[in-house]
Amino acid sequence: MADRQNAVELHNVVKRFGEFTAVKRIDLTVPDNSFVTFLGPSGCGKTTTLRMIAGLTDITEGDLLIRGKRVNSLPIHKRNLGLVFQNYALFPHKTIFDNIAFGLKYRKVSKSDIAEKVNKALDLVQLPHVADRYPNQLSGGQQQRIALARAIVIEPDVLLLDEPLSALDANLREEMRVELKRIQRELGVATVFVTHDQSEALAMSDKLVVMNNGFVEQEGAPEEVYNNPASAFVADFLGHSNIIQANLGSPDAAFTQVALESGETLLTTDEQTAKAKNSKDVRAVIRAEKIDLSEENRATDGVTSIPGKVKTVDYLGQQARYFVEANGRDWQVINPIDAHPHKEGADIFMHIAARNCVLLPGHQD
Amino acid sequence: MSGWSVIRIATILVYLFLFAPVAVVILLAFNANQFGSFPIEGFSFRWFEALWNNDAIVRAFKTSLLLGVLTAAISTTLGTLAALAMVRYDFPGKRTISTLLVAPILIPEVVLAVALLLFLQFLSMPKSFGLLLMGHVVFTLPFVVLVVQARLVSIRRDVEEAAMSLGATPVQTFFEVTLPLMLPAVMAGMLFAFTISFDDITGTLFWKPGGVETVPTQIFAMLRNSISPEINALGAVMVIFTIALPLVAASIARVMAMRKVGASK
Repeated sequence: MADRQNAVELHNVVKRFGEFTAVKRIDLTVPDNSFVTFLGPSGCGKTTTLRMIAGLTDITEGDLLIRGKRVNSLPIHKRNLGLVFQNYALFPHKTIFDNIAFGLKYRKVSKSDIAEKVNKALDLVQLPHVADRYPNQLSGGQQQRIALARAIVIEPDVLLLDEPLSALDANLREEMRVELKRIQRELGVATVFVTHDQSEALAMSDKLVVMNNGFVEQEGAPEEVYNNPASAFVADFLGHSNIIQANLGSPDAAFTQVALESGETLLTTDEQTAKAKNSKDVRAVIRAEKIDLSEENRATDGVTSIPGKVKTVDYLGQQARYFVEANGRDWQVINPIDAHPHKEGADIFMHIAARNCVLLPGHQD
Repeated sequence: MSGWSVIRIATILVYLFLFAPVAVVILLAFNANQFGSFPIEGFSFRWFEALWNNDAIVRAFKTSLLLGVLTAAISTTLGTLAALAMVRYDFPGKRTISTLLVAPILIPEVVLAVALLLFLQFLSMPKSFGLLLMGHVVFTLPFVVLVVQARLVSIRRDVEEAAMSLGATPVQTFFEVTLPLMLPAVMAGMLFAFTISFDDITGTLFWKPGGVETVPTQIFAMLRNSISPEINALGAVMVIFTIALPLVAASIARVMAMRKVGASK
C-alpha cells in the first residue's frame, strides 16, 4: 500500500430512502491530513454522505473505504471516527471531563493516561479550566470546543463535522472557523466538513466538493472551483454570477470573441474555449465581482466595455451591489466602494477582462 | 366587593370542598370516642393500635404493597421499552400500537374490568393473584408510556449518535446516556404506576380471587358492616402514605442531584 493513502474513499455510492434517491452515485476521496468540505444547499445529499461515512446511515449501493478497508457494514462504534454535530450533542449529565473521557473509556486507556489526554485536549481547545463543569454551564462556543475536544481525544482516523458552526452567532463563527482550522492543521487529522456556507467552505478547505441534488457538481481546490466553475449551479452557488447564452466566434490572435445572446460581444481566453469542446454553443459566466464599473469607458486590449444604466444599488459597507441594465438585460455587479457608490440612474460602463469570461458548454447541465 | 375577592373566596370554597373531607377523616382518626362524630372527645392513638392488631387489614396492606411494587416494576419495564420503540424506531403498525397502548386510559375502568373478567372466563382461567397483577399492569402501562415518551422525545438522537461514534455499543449507549437522561421520567412513571395500583378499587373488585383483599377492597368490605373509626385511621395512613411517597422520592432525587454538583467542585 502506498505510503500516503486516502483516509476515506467512496466508490459509486448510492443512497435511497424508499423511492427517494438522496445520493446518486458518488465517487470521492478524502486524502490523508486534508480538510475536505461538502458544500451545497439543504437537501443536496451532503449530510447523508457524511452520515454514511460515519455509519449512521446504511449504504444502498457502492463501497465505502476508511484507511483502505471496506467498512460498509462495520457498525459506527467500531469505526474510530470523531463526530461533531451542529448542536454540540454533549452529554448533559456528565461533567466536561467525563464528556471528553467518554471515548477513552472504550479504548483500554489507563486512568492516569485518560486524565493526561483529557487535559491536553482541553489545552488544545483553549479551555483548560472547565473540566469540572457541566455542559449547560458553558456558552455555545465553549460547548462546541468541548465537542471538538471529545472527538479528537480518541485520535480518530477521520474527523467528521456536520455544520459545526451553524448554531453559533456570526462573530463567534468566524473565531471558531480559525480555531478549527488551526486545530486540524496541528493534528493533521483527515477532516470532512459539511456546510451550506460558502465563505466557510472557501476559507477552510484544501478540497471543496460542491454537491447538488444528490450529485457531485464539482470538486477541487477552493480557488479552482471558484474561478473555474464547471457548471451553472456552481457558478451561481459560489458567489453571484451572470450566466448568458452565447455563440463562440472564431479565434483571434490572442483572444476569442464571444457573442452574447443579448447582443454584446465579449472576449475570452484559449483556456476557456477549450472547455467548449468544439461547440459554438456556449454559456458565458461572468462573476458579479469581476466586472469593473466606471463612469468613463476604459476598454483596452483584452478588456471589453458594455455601456449600461445603474438600476438599483445595495449599499453593503465596504462594497456595493448593483443591478445594471444593458440592452434590456440586468447584470449583477459587486464592486468595492471608492468614496461613494455609483448613483441610481447613472450612465456607466461595465468592463470585463477576457480572463474573467468563463465558458460552460451547451445549454442546461 | 371587588372582582378579585370574589375569585379568592370562590377558590377557598372549592379547596375546602375538596380537602375538608380528607381533613375530617384524619381528625376523626385521633378521636378517642367509639363513634366517629363531632365534637371530638379526647385525643388517642387507639384506632391506629386497633388497625395494627387487625390481621385482615395488615394482610390487605401487605397484599396492596406487593401488588403495587410488582405492578410498578412490570409496568415501568414494559412501558419504558414500549416508549423507546415508539420514539426511536419505525415499524409497521406503529400508530395502531401506540393508540392501543394508551387506550386503557380512555376506556371507562368498569368496562375494562368486566371485559377482562369475561375474557378470562372465556379462556376458563380461574381468578388468581397473577391475573389481578396483569389487570393492574394494563391500567398503569399508559401512564408510564406517556410520561417516558414525552421525555424521550426531548432527548436528542445526536447525543446517542455521539456516544456510539466514540466507541460505545448500542447497549452501552443506552445505559451510559439514554437511561440516565430519561431516569426522572422513568421514576415518575414508576410512582404513578404504584399509586394508581395502590388506590385502585374498581378493577380490583372484579378481578381479585376469593379471600384476597387489598386495602381499598378491605375498607369497602368493612364499610358494609359498620363504620368503625378504624377506617378513619386506615384512611389517614393511606393519605399520608400516598402523599409522602412522591415527596420522599422528590427529595431523594434532589439530594442525589446536589451530591453530583457537590462532587464536581
